[in-house]
Amino acid sequence: MEHYISILTKAIFIENILLAYFLGMCSFLAISKKVETSIGLGFAVIFVLTITAPANWVIHNFLLKKGALFWLNPDYGLDGSNTINLSFLNSIIFIAVIAAMVQLVEMTLDRFAPTLYISLGIFLPLIAVNCAILGGSMFLVEREYTFMESTVYGFGSGIGFFLAITSMAAIRHRIRYSNVPMQLRGVGITMLLTGLVSMAFMAFSGIDL
Amino acid sequence: MAIFDKKSKEALADPLMKNNPISLQVLGICSALAVTVQLNTAVVMTLAVVSVLSVSNTVISILRSMIPGKVRIIVQLSIIASLVILTDQILQAYMYDISKQLSVFVSLIITNCIVMGRAEAFAMQNTPGKSFLDGLGNGLGYGGILISVAFFRELLGSGSVYGYQVVPDSFYAAGYQNMGLMVLSPGAFIILGLIVWAHRIASGVEEE
Repeated sequence: MEHYISILTKAIFIENILLAYFLGMCSFLAISKKVETSIGLGFAVIFVLTITAPANWVIHNFLLKKGALFWLNPDYGLDGSNTINLSFLNSIIFIAVIAAMVQLVEMTLDRFAPTLYISLGIFLPLIAVNCAILGGSMFLVEREYTFMESTVYGFGSGIGFFLAITSMAAIRHRIRYSNVPMQLRGVGITMLLTGLVSMAFMAFSGIDL
Repeated sequence: MAIFDKKSKEALADPLMKNNPISLQVLGICSALAVTVQLNTAVVMTLAVVSVLSVSNTVISILRSMIPGKVRIIVQLSIIASLVILTDQILQAYMYDISKQLSVFVSLIITNCIVMGRAEAFAMQNTPGKSFLDGLGNGLGYGGILISVAFFRELLGSGSVYGYQVVPDSFYAAGYQNMGLMVLSPGAFIILGLIVWAHRIASGVEEE
């Protein structure tokens, strides 16, 4: 149990997917102008990351990894005479899984939770091309997480993204009437502020669970 | 030669300065900043992005009349993904150490908004030659920013440029210290913010 809590806190605070790995910056910069929309996007990212991380884990471990096709024929396994390694297909398959998952989530929400579906609006389909989602799946392959670990990691990364984007939106809302130099407005000041927020998150790096 | 008519020149030169993908169009910041701690990873990343972007633009432009409008996104995405996989495999084969350092970020070029953005905005309407130049220009404009961020981070954070120490030992003896912040992620955000600011002053562009 402690192990999972450690992965969770690490994904949320210490190795925040946005503030430490710069993933999902495009939507972050575009959406963080308003607090309400940021909350919407944040929830959508938590949702999709929690689902796609374990889904891609299954795909990777039972289809693509070196020797993963052992269940088809022992020859294809790690010790078999004809080991198959499809891991170079990781990224293209992951992006397809993510797109399919987003579509599935969208249809399910539309059917069973229409209010949530309407409030997430356009953000749900856009998430398919958010680098944070693909990045999360790539990281869990690189770090060789187990099924439970990847689920927890996906959930944690989603929460990390949510925290970063909502706090940024609140700060941008606050500085709306500040006298920022003309050329620094927009991307420039947002980058500097993100740097400061990221520095604040650095303070968590001493915590070891 | 047709390559040097006015529109082609614009396609190549505009994204370098006047319409830079990062500082003015604000595209493709994801997947890039994490590789800017050192210059050599940034240079390799730039090469990867330039080659993917120019080839994907050319291929999509050649196929543009054959791609059905309704499924164009998925067609573009699969062309881009195949090129990224190819680049990744080449890097793993010939530059294994750097490919390890770049880790997942090469694969993440797939979701880099610049590549999709240029395919959709330029390659679908223009001839292969012009699209190639547009891809080259945008890749270089993007790489220029990436390399300048990496230059400052490596210089201030490790006192070296492209792996060679440039801050003399006598400075360290006199009490000069490397800026640890630059090696960490906040350094990238702050340097990029300042570069965007400088770039916008130089090109006279203002928000809103």
